[in-house]
This record gives sequence, structure tokens and C-alpha cells, in this order.
Amino acid sequence: MDKDTVLQMTNICKAFPGVRALHNVSFTLNKGEIHALMGENGAGKSTLIKVLTGVYHKDAGQINVAGIDREINIKSPQESQNLGISTVYQEITLCPNLTVAENIFIGRGKYNFVNWRSMEIKAGEILDNLKIPARPKQQLASCSLAVQQMVAIARAVDMDCKALILDEPTSSLDEKEVSMLFSLMRDLKSRGVGIVFVTHFLEQVYEVCDKITVLRNGELVGEYAVKDLPQVELVAKMMGKELGTLSELHKREVAQDDAEAPVYEAEQLSSAAGVRPYNFRISRGEVNGFTGLLGSGRSESVRAIFGADKVTGGNIRLNGKPTRISKPIQAMKSGIGYLAEDRKADGILPDLTVKENIIIALQVMKGFFRPLSRAEANAFADEYIKLLDIKTASMDTPIKSLSGGNQQKVILARWLLTHPQYLILDEPTRGIDVGTKVEIQKLVFKLSEDGVAVTFISSEIEEMLRLCSRLIVMRDRQIVGQLSGDEITQDSVMKTIAGGGA
Amino acid sequence: MGILKKTDGRLSSRREPITDTRLLLTVTIYIFFAMYIMSIFVWGGGFRRPQQLFDMLNNNASLIVVACGLTIVMITGGIDISVGGITALVAMTCAVHLDNGGTVWSALAISLGIGLAFGLVHATLIAYMEIQPFIVTLAGMFFARGMTTVVSVNPHTVENAQFLALKESAIQIPFLGHTANNGNLIPAKIEYGVIIALIVVAVVFILLRWARLGRNFYAVGGNNQSALMLGINVKRTKFFGYLISGLLSGIGGFVFLMHTGAGNAANATGAEMNAIACAIIGGTLLTGGVGSVIGTFFGVLTLTTIKSIVIASGLNEPWWQSITTGAMLCFFILLQSVILSGRGQKGSTEQIE
Repeated sequence: MDKDTVLQMTNICKAFPGVRALHNVSFTLNKGEIHALMGENGAGKSTLIKVLTGVYHKDAGQINVAGIDREINIKSPQESQNLGISTVYQEITLCPNLTVAENIFIGRGKYNFVNWRSMEIKAGEILDNLKIPARPKQQLASCSLAVQQMVAIARAVDMDCKALILDEPTSSLDEKEVSMLFSLMRDLKSRGVGIVFVTHFLEQVYEVCDKITVLRNGELVGEYAVKDLPQVELVAKMMGKELGTLSELHKREVAQDDAEAPVYEAEQLSSAAGVRPYNFRISRGEVNGFTGLLGSGRSESVRAIFGADKVTGGNIRLNGKPTRISKPIQAMKSGIGYLAEDRKADGILPDLTVKENIIIALQVMKGFFRPLSRAEANAFADEYIKLLDIKTASMDTPIKSLSGGNQQKVILARWLLTHPQYLILDEPTRGIDVGTKVEIQKLVFKLSEDGVAVTFISSEIEEMLRLCSRLIVMRDRQIVGQLSGDEITQDSVMKTIAGGGA
Repeated sequence: MGILKKTDGRLSSRREPITDTRLLLTVTIYIFFAMYIMSIFVWGGGFRRPQQLFDMLNNNASLIVVACGLTIVMITGGIDISVGGITALVAMTCAVHLDNGGTVWSALAISLGIGLAFGLVHATLIAYMEIQPFIVTLAGMFFARGMTTVVSVNPHTVENAQFLALKESAIQIPFLGHTANNGNLIPAKIEYGVIIALIVVAVVFILLRWARLGRNFYAVGGNNQSALMLGINVKRTKFFGYLISGLLSGIGGFVFLMHTGAGNAANATGAEMNAIACAIIGGTLLTGGVGSVIGTFFGVLTLTTIKSIVIASGLNEPWWQSITTGAMLCFFILLQSVILSGRGQKGSTEQIE
């Protein structure tokens, strides 16, 4: 090992039943570098990180950490922490019932009793130092997701870690918070910390990283300096094929035919989640989108359409006919599908199989006393696994063992199977690799050609610009503007969000 | 120093919203006092005497002890329904032992031994073999109940002089006493079992509030996957939770015998359910992560007050106590759920600002 090396993993192998997750993967992290770990979903990034943090045990290979001469076997997250390897995961891994200060300090160091006062003062200093808008005594559950994420980072930072692993830290942060995080990362880098940065946002990689290691299908593709690897080549290496498909996509302009009643129309719709009454309509084959900053109410608005939150008012017309939708089941029966933002909480049923996850929505609509026959269920599952190219060992594999992108495809399949006339996709591409993203975007176009109305929400503005023929801009739980046709440019969206003209 | 001072200002400048644990605890304490004071005005008599309160403690010292252990287990997100069975087994074993040449000290050692043994087995099965706590402790409950009958089929009243001296002795507080009809002053009495119970409450309180292990209980109950990621040894934490619960059941059994002076196979029947009810009334959530031992203590008092009120209002049949207990439990759970969901909404608006 070089003396500048913080961490070295050599020829790591790891297999799960039926899946070879890692095969001879090597990875080297140096002092004071930000090293991106890239790859599509299922490429083995998460597995590699979990091996490093002791959640999984490697089958073969060697791990070395600076300052320790011998080979290391990491058996638990705690051991990994003690070795100076800190991890901040995509999902918040803090305890919501404890205070912010406790979440920063619990489980580390040597103590038998807690000195609350000194702990809170220290936590206050750390939070101040990193400009994190949380108070030490605050219960963690009362902080927003973004702030919780930052508390997790604060914890890692305070642990004098030699290596900091950030697993998709930016997926729930808005732009301002991301830039705060980046300045924090650069600060840590200048103090000699080695940072492993896992993300799907290519732009972010080029903004902060020094090196990139690319994995594909559990194997190492290579390690590159960022300046030597143009973005297009990176994508090509991740996918194992040339890109190009992204730019080929063209959005379809929908002729606004006033004679035809809109598929869905709402007047003064509002919900208990705090959405101000708003009007909304969508026509056959139209793709529109709600945009706005995190917390602007875009998810809450579509949840109101689906009846996922308590609807407190408003008139709804489907294809011109007045209807009442106050529960998801009513929405489903009216031909509305909703792919929820929070895949883990509102989407997958983790212990059920892929097949069961696919057919559940259709089954619910049919009623539980008229079960789908086994042959039907198998046929449906098979059809959609092929159609969406879902990578799974079999249709009877529990969905929780699939990668994030494939889980998302399963949920999509679930809704497509109900043949909705109106499909709401809330952040369908979050935490998903470029390849799958393109597939989902293509699917949206195909659906719209087939006459399905689609509402699309994404934090990635480029994606929204590419897909939507009409953008509804939200700020502070209110619609502040609607853009369509040529008005849809990044500039005009930003201006509308910020409250300027347009 | 300057930085510290500034941070101090920051800490005190804004009052924090109360945590879930403390909120539910506060509600229970208020309800207890409200009920008790109401009883004094409505029924007067017994409620006006301090001895009424002391009797509540005297009669329930053992329940308080086992409920403390249960609270810990519930905070970790688990459950222990063997506590009543262990209490009965310990009481019976000690009763028989005391009359077969045993001393108070050896009986106490047996209590702790039985409690620890059960705790150890439960803890190992639940924490390291990852078997459902409900099933493990259900087995423990049946086993303990069965063993009680093996030790002695018939009820056994202790005649050991040393023990009887301990049983009969109590702390007497003359100035809180009352005057009987014949003019004699009857001093207020607090049994030693209550002192043990209060010590247990204090120790568990300190454990949960300040000890590393205690805070780990909360973390594990809050989210056990996260707790693992935060570097907490989840298995060991759970292990100690059940071990402590077993140990406290042992102590509870001894305290039970100190109060009743007799071993009986039907002792402490349903004590586990009472203990669970008390913990829940005291603001401990079955889902884990939220709870406090002071709450449980007031939960015991609240439940007992309800039962006293039922009797005071002339409903002497025992089923009325069960019915009111059921109704109150339902009321408290509803109340907690309303309070917590109300907070949830406030929380979400706070995120937006």
C-alpha cells in the first residue's frame, strides 16, 4: 500500500443465492480525494459498500486500511467505524425517536453515562460549524429528510473518519442543500479525508470528484481521473454501450382538442396534507409535470388527485363526468395509477415476490374474492418482466432482493397491468441508473402515444424539460405558473420557481 | 469559552418542542393527579387520608417492579409476558424454602437466581437465536406457572419467624396518620417492599436516562436497523433488556411474598397484562422507542386509582374493575394516538418553512 492510500480493496468477491454480486473488484481510495463509485443499478456499488462497512461479509479478497499492517476482516458496522470508515447511507440510518444531539453521538466513543449538557453543546458547535439548520435538543423526527441526512453526515464528519462513504447522499436534497454538502465535502477533502461518493447524478460527479471507479454487472470496468473521462464515455462505460438514445427522444406535442373532454379535471382540489385549492386538467396522451423545489407541494398535489391524502374539497370530472375520489381504491377503479415517491414506504411490499408485487393492484381492483388464477398471474408477471426487462432471478424472488431500479420497474409493471387511462409518476427515476432512466422515459412516451395521460414529477429538471409538454410550477404549496410549448426552458422554470416573470 | 457561551445562548434561546416520551408522560401524570384530586372531592373519606396513597403502593410494589422491567423490554420494541409467571414461581419457591430451613437472605438469593435464569434463557433465545419475544416469553410463562405447581400444589403460608418479622415491619409515619373511631392514632405505614420498588424505579430511571445501555434501548426500539448502523450492538442491547426484565421479575416475586406472606399457584395471575397496561398508560409505546419508567410508575398509580374509584362508587363486583380497566386502556391508547398524530402534522408543516 502507498503511504497516501487510505483504503485498499483487492479482488473482492461476494455472491448471493443466484446472483454474483461482486467478482474480483478492486478499489483504492487515497487521502484527500473524492472518488466517485459509478455503475448502473445492480452493478454492485451497494454491495461493495456494504462489504466495506461490515454489513455483508466478503467471500474472497483482501481489505487494507492505512495504519494497519495486516489484512482486515470487517465483521460489523461498529468495527468499520472503529477503523475510521464512516458511512452515510441513502436511506436515513438514524433513530427518529432520539434527539439530534443523541443521533450524532450515540454508539461511539467510550462512555458509560451520557452527559447531556456537554453532548448538546458539542452537537450545537458541530451543527453551527457545518451550518446545518437543526437544534441539538430537537427530536430527529421533527426535522425534514434533508436535515436528517445532514445530521447523519455531521455524525460521520465528527468521527474523525479517514474514509467517508456517501451513498447517494444528494438524492433527497435540493440544489441549495447539495451545494452546501459539496462545500462541506471539499472542506473535508482539504483536511485529508478520503471520500467515496456514490451518486446517479453525473453532473455532480464532474462538479466535485477527482477520480471515478466504474462497476458493471459486479465487475470492475476501470478507474479513471475525472478530467480524462468525458461524460459521454463515462455513461458508455457504465452501460457497456454507446449512449445517444437520450438525445434521440423527442417530446410529442399534444394537440389541445377542446372538443374532447379532458381525461381528468379538478376544480379547487385541496387535501389535508396542506395543498391550497388548485385547478388542474390533463387530456388524453398528454404528458405534464409538476415542478418546484423540494417541499413545494408537488407530491402533495398529485397525492390529492389519487386520494392518497385526505381530500378536503374540490370537484372532479373524469372524461367530463363528475366523480368523487376520496380513496386510492376509487382512483384506481376510475383508471388512475399512482407510482409513489417513497418506493420503500408506499411502493414495494418487501417480503412478497416480484409476481405478487406486480399483480397486487389488479387483484385489489378485482376484489379479493375473485382471485387471479395462478396461470393468469404467471402470465401477467412473465409478460411485464419481459416487457420492462426486469432483472430478477425469477418471478418468485422476494422483491427486496432486487436492486432499486428493478424494484421501480416492478412497481411500474404493477400500474401498467391495471391499464390506467391516467398514470401519475412521482419521482420514478430517483436513485436509478441512467440506462433504466432512459427506459422509463421511453416508456412514458410510448404510453402517451397509446393515449394514456401521464403526470410526471422529477427533481431533475432536465428530465422534466425533456418529457413534459406542460409544466405546472409550484411554490409554497401553490401553483405559481404554467408553462407549455416553447416556454419550457430551464431558465423560465427557474424564474417561475424563484418568483420572477414568465 | 466565548464559543461555549454563544452556544449556550443558542441552546436556551428557544424552547424545544417536548419529545414524545415526555409528552405522553406528562399527560399521564396530569391525568393521575386530576383523577386523584377529583376522588378526594367526590368520595372524600379514604381518599383524603395519605394512607390511601400508601396502600396503593403497598399493594402494588411487586407490580411496579415487574412493570419497570417490562417497560425496558417494550422500549426496545419487544414484549415479556412471563413476568407474572416468574413472580408466582419465585414467591412459591421462596415460601417453601423459608419454611425448610431457609433464611431471608438465601430466599432473596433464590429470587434473584430464578429471575436471572429465566432472563438469561429468554435473552439468549430472543437476542441471539432471533426468536419472536412473544413466543419465547409465552413459553417462559407456561413453564414458570407449571413449575410453581411442581414446587407446591397447595398454597403455602410462610411461618419463618425471621421473614414474618420483615413482612410485618413497615416504616411508620405518625404525622400522616389518622385518628381511628376509638380515638387512637393510627400512623401511616409504608412497607419495605415499596422502598425496594422505589429504588428499582430510581435505578431504572437513571439507566434509561443517562446510561449508555439505557439510551441504546431507545435507539434499538426506534429503528433497529439504524441502531446497528450507528454502531450499537443490537443483539447485546436486546440481551440485556430481557436479562434485566427477568431479574426484576425475580425481585418482584420476592416483594410479592413480602406483601402477601404466602405462596400460591394462582399468585400474580394476569400480572403481566396489568404490567403491560400500566406501561402503556404511562406512555410507553408497544412499537418501541418511546417510554419512561416514571410513566410506568404513574401508570400503576393511575390504574389503581381507577380501581379504587370503581369500588368507592359502590361497584364492588370484581368484573367492574376489569371493565373500567379495559375502557381506560382504550381511552389512553386513543389519547396517545391523537396526541402523536397531531404532532405529526405540526412536524410536517415545520419542514416547509
